[in-house]
This record gives sequence, C-alpha cells and structure tokens, in this order.
Amino acid sequence: MTDRLRERADALTGRVDLDEFERWQVDLLLVFGVLLASYVLFTIFGLLLGLSFNGIVSTLRRVTYFAAVYALLTLALNLHWGYTGLFNIGVAGFMAVGVYTMAILTAPVDGSPAGFGLPLPIGIIGGMLAAALVGLVAALPALRLRADYFAIVTLGLSEIIRLSIISGTLRQFEFAGREIGTGGGSGISFTATNSIIPWLLDLPVLGALGDRLFAAAGTIGIEASVVQSGLYTFVLLLCVVALYLVLARIAYSPFGRVLKAIREDELAARSLGKRTNVAKIKVFMLGCALMGLAGILWQGGRGFVTPESFMPILTFYVFVALIIGGAGSNAGSIVGGIVFAAILWEGPPFVQRIIRLHLDVRTPPTIYDAFVALGSADPLPMIGYVEGNMEQIRFMLVGVALIVLMLWRPDGVLGHRKEIAAATDLSNRPTAATDGGGTGESNGGEIEEQDGGERDE
Amino acid sequence: MSDTDSEAEGSDPIESNDDATVANGRPEAVDADNTLVVENLRKRFGGIVAVDGASFEVERGSITGLIGPNGAGKSTTFNCITGVHRPDGGRITFDGEDITGLSPEAIVDRGLVRTFQIARELPEMTVLENMMLAPKRQLGESLWRSVMPVARRRVVEQEDELRERAWETLEFFELDHLAGEYAGSLSGGQRKLLELARALQTDPSTVLLDEPMAGVNPSLERRLLEHIHELQEDGYTFLLVEHDMDVIMNHCERVIVMHQGQVLAQGSADEIQADEQVLEAYLGGTV
Repeated sequence: MTDRLRERADALTGRVDLDEFERWQVDLLLVFGVLLASYVLFTIFGLLLGLSFNGIVSTLRRVTYFAAVYALLTLALNLHWGYTGLFNIGVAGFMAVGVYTMAILTAPVDGSPAGFGLPLPIGIIGGMLAAALVGLVAALPALRLRADYFAIVTLGLSEIIRLSIISGTLRQFEFAGREIGTGGGSGISFTATNSIIPWLLDLPVLGALGDRLFAAAGTIGIEASVVQSGLYTFVLLLCVVALYLVLARIAYSPFGRVLKAIREDELAARSLGKRTNVAKIKVFMLGCALMGLAGILWQGGRGFVTPESFMPILTFYVFVALIIGGAGSNAGSIVGGIVFAAILWEGPPFVQRIIRLHLDVRTPPTIYDAFVALGSADPLPMIGYVEGNMEQIRFMLVGVALIVLMLWRPDGVLGHRKEIAAATDLSNRPTAATDGGGTGESNGGEIEEQDGGERDE
Repeated sequence: MSDTDSEAEGSDPIESNDDATVANGRPEAVDADNTLVVENLRKRFGGIVAVDGASFEVERGSITGLIGPNGAGKSTTFNCITGVHRPDGGRITFDGEDITGLSPEAIVDRGLVRTFQIARELPEMTVLENMMLAPKRQLGESLWRSVMPVARRRVVEQEDELRERAWETLEFFELDHLAGEYAGSLSGGQRKLLELARALQTDPSTVLLDEPMAGVNPSLERRLLEHIHELQEDGYTFLLVEHDMDVIMNHCERVIVMHQGQVLAQGSADEIQADEQVLEAYLGGTV
C-alpha cells in the first residue's frame, strides 16, 4: 500500500526516470500538475455543493488567487531561508510595511486617515522600497547574530511593526501640514491594487480584447465581476512567473553560489574572500521588498487594510508552504504555495460546507461524545464534530501534513533535489569529447583551451 | 578575462602581491625575503592567554612548518593572521602591508589564503561548485549583473572560463572524477585536497594549511605533499601546522616551534632537531 503510494508520489515529483525531459520541463509539469489537481478537487467540491458553473469558476479563481499570493511569499522566503539560510520569521512585518506605506501614499487626501493621494505605481514602488529599508535597518545589526537570534530579532521586529501600526501615536499624525496616519486598529482605505484592471481595460487594444473576453465569458454564464477578479488573479500569476524567472537567474549565478556558501558555512566563504555581509544585506533587502510586494498585491486588492492581517501566524503559514515545497527550490516554493493555499487553507471550509449541506449533523459538545458514538458505529457525531470545529481542525491538518512530510519526504516535495548554482552547465566538461554529452561545441572548447593555456604559466 | 582585470584595477587597489611590495610606498616595511612577518602577536580568551607575544617570519617561496604541543597557540596564531580572530596586540605584515585586524575576505584579497584543521567544504554544493565559488572578482557576484538580460551574457562567458579553470585544478589534484559529487559525500582526505584546491582558486601567493595531513591516508598524504612541492616550484609560499614530525622534518625548509603562546625557536629542520629547548618542550627528548 505505502509502496504504491510512494510510486505515485515519485511519479508526481519526478524521482522516476525523466531523463528525456529537461529539469525545468519537469518543474513546469509538476507545477501545472499540482494546480490542475487542485482544480479537479475544487470542481468536485463545487459540484458536491451544487454550485453553478459561474460559482465553480469563481471558486477556482479564488484558489488560484491564494495559490499565487502564497507562491509569491514562499518564493521571497525561499530567497532568505532556502537559499541564504537567513532564518527570517518576520515575513508578516515586512508585508505590513509594504502594504501600509503603499496605503498612506495612495490614500485620498481627504480620507480619514488622509494620505498623499499619489498614483498606484508610486505607492507600490514606495511600499517595496520601504520594506527593503526596514529590512536594511533590521539587517545591519542583526546579521552579526547567529541564526536563532536573528530569527528572534525578525519576529520581534514584525510584532513591533504591527503594534506600531495599531498604536494611537501613529493612528493619525501631522506630516507636512497633512493629517496622515495608519488609522490604528480601524484600518485605512486607499487605492485598491486591483484598480489596475479597469485602468488596463481602458487602454485601446487591451480594452477591445477585454470587451471580447467579457462577452465570451457572458455567453458561457460567467459573470463580469468574476472575469474582473479573474484578470487581477492573472496579473498575480504573471508576477509569480516574473519573480520565478528573476529568482532562477539569481539561483543560477555566482551571486547565488555565494548565497549557498553563506548557508553552508559562512566562515569558509569569507575565508575564500567572499564579502558575505554585503551579499546578506543585499539579499535580505531584496527578499523584504518582495515580501512587501506580495503583501501589496494580496492585502492591497481590497483597498482596505487593518493590522489584523499581519499576525505572526501568517509568517508560519508561509514557512509551512516552503517546507512542503522544499526549501532551496524555487519550483518547489511555487508547488508548496499551491498545496498550502488549496488543500490546507481553502479546502477545509469547503469540506465544512459540503458536510453541512449533505448531512444532518449536530456538533456534539465534546470529542468524547463523538468517540463514544463512533464506538457504537455511528460516525455522524464525529463528522459533526469535525464540521463544527473546522477552524481548529485546519491547524491539525497543517500539523498532520508536516508529520507526513517528515516521514515521507523530509526535504519537502522538491527539496531533495539540489540546484547547482552556476550560470553555466556544470554537468559535464564541454572540452571532453569522450562523454558525448552533446553540450560540447567545438567552438567553445577551443576558446576554453586557449584560456587554460594562458593560465598555466 | 581581460575585462575583469581592467575592472579590478579600478575597483581594487591591491592588485597582485608582487607589485604591491614595490608600489606600497613604505620601503621600511617591505621585506624582500619574507612574505609574512608576525611581530609580538598577542591573543587572549578570557583568562587564557593563547598567544603571548609570538614573533616569526615566513620566507618567500618556502615551505615553513609551524609545530608545537597542543595548546601552544598554533591555530589561534593562524586565526589571528587570517582575520578570523582579532589580535589583542602585535602586528602582522603581509608583503609589506599591515594586515592586523583586517577581515578574512580583505586578507584573501591580498593573496593570503588558508585551509582549516577540520575541512570546511561546503557539503551541499558539488565539488565543482565549491571550486567555482573561490575565484576572485567574479562579475556574476553582483546581483544586477546576474539578473539583467544583457549584462548576464558576460557573466555566462566568465562562468565558462571559471569552469574550465576549476576542471584544470581538479585534474591537477586528481579530483576530477568527483566533480559532480556533493562535497559532503567525499572522504576526509578528499575534503582536505578539495580545500587546498579550492584555496588555490583564489590566486593566492601564500597558503596557510592547518594540519593538512590529519586524517589523510599515507598514499594521499604523499600526493598532497607532491602537490605542495610542485606548487612551491610555481612560486607559492606555504606555512603549515602539522603534528607529523616526518612531514615537518623532511618537507619543510624552515620550522617554527611554538610553546605556551610564544615562539620557542625557528630555523632549519636540522637546527630545530638539535635545539635542546625544543627537544625538552615538544619532542620529548628523542627524535
């Protein structure tokens, strides 16, 4: 039984012989496979709930949206933790800095609290810069600390940020003759990031395409609002692809090699002349900016944000996603983001709704009662208990998922596979004609031989 | 490579060591015969004085041995020279330049590189990755160059060159059959070889080896020593801490003996073997 399961998992994760495929093709297949599998799952959920076609499409849109958001966050965290070994458990804080900076920059000048009323792109760039700067402020003293102390600093910083946003002092204050502020616990309204969709649809060519899309969707029964939010989700997916490409370039480069060396043994890297502090600060700032961006794209979509959205638990969700996918692998990060968002985050409420719809269950007062009934072959109270406590069960599910992973694949779905940090192919030596690897071009070989001759001295 | 060199001249004042001695402009400090000069070095950890006023020189182009009983302060001296520890007092001069208290990376830049007593290979990186990490002034170590489309082309070109160079060094050390293996799966002796090979990728003039033969089997030890002699002929200087007296006496032209944080004696292997104090402190009276 477990053997068969393992075989199937291997087929899923590419441990079987897939030599004829390039590695990125396997990754792509895996990412799309996981996405497709979660679509199938949620389509079944939708059918069980008796949703209309529009409802199912809307559900899939929502799953994709959260998958994209978590993929963005996981990719950014992978740069810190997976690649460089920087144990940053303040993800929520850096997101908050990004979102709140963007909010204050773009909030209307006559709002309450008021903002600067600047255009959205300035808000987004400003938010990312602010997150990077806070990252710098945190990194300068903290990078001297050992990994575990660094983690404490980042966690503390993230809570300081959240509590500062709530604080009465920053709720509303005068700045350059204007009453700006964070709005404290009651939140702040600003230009929603999804307002780029109407803006894009006003452009000449895109507008025409958009009209056709809306018309086509209308004929198959999809509402305009679903198409609209679907387009924003599509923008998020484009961001995931763009971020993946940037991070892949970093991973397959000498810079990525230095990052890996820092993770493995920083003193060894320094003893080879690598300026590890500079690299750490750079990568920490970049990761923080990306966390800010992910926060902006996620929380900014509604045009309203409160500090509640940046509880420390959020950081741990991102870590769970990264652990599922496999730290150190960018493709794994995306897979982890999808699995976390679909199965652990969006899945349980759907199961709850399905139980409610189909079974006439009552939640028993304690799990003891549920077990007693289960003992007398009556599963309904147990199902009822699960249904009634789905919020908590969700956390249990996260724990179970992590334990299964530990037993089954301790490095995460793709973490067992180590990416080689180089901007060129290291798998064989291009000058060697004996292997016939196919990568060796006679041209390149000659150049390299000349170089070798010069260096021999 | 010509691009990198011209760039490096602009960005890095310390180009290469042989020029530095001439160009340094501090003739009183320049020592034509000695590459490394340690004067009155002191380092204490809490109540323990690990190095207590050690002074010695390392002759250019020599293989110099640093010996002494456990706790004599050899490794601490190494750590102070290479910037791992900040000395409490004294002066370390490398090629006429004061390097006391500089960071490890700044010292490597000047051409002084080290290996560790317990090999510090990067276990989850392949042997070839380990080798390619080391070379100095890699264009691709800049973040934007690695990411920006056009700039990256030159990074890739340089990577091809670095890869070939890494292969050549691996061949020299007969490690080329392990190029694709993770460094963590190598044997202890192979790790020592890899560490030396990797250190040489930084284009050093002087290499400090901390117990290079510890845990290395006799045949590999012979190879390692051959390599060191070949490299010496190429102009490298070596300073090595070693407990194996055969290695020290047969392969080092000069020997420095440390005892209780101080230099007890320095001289040729024969002189050291005849030194009464050394015999008493370290060699136990018999050789």
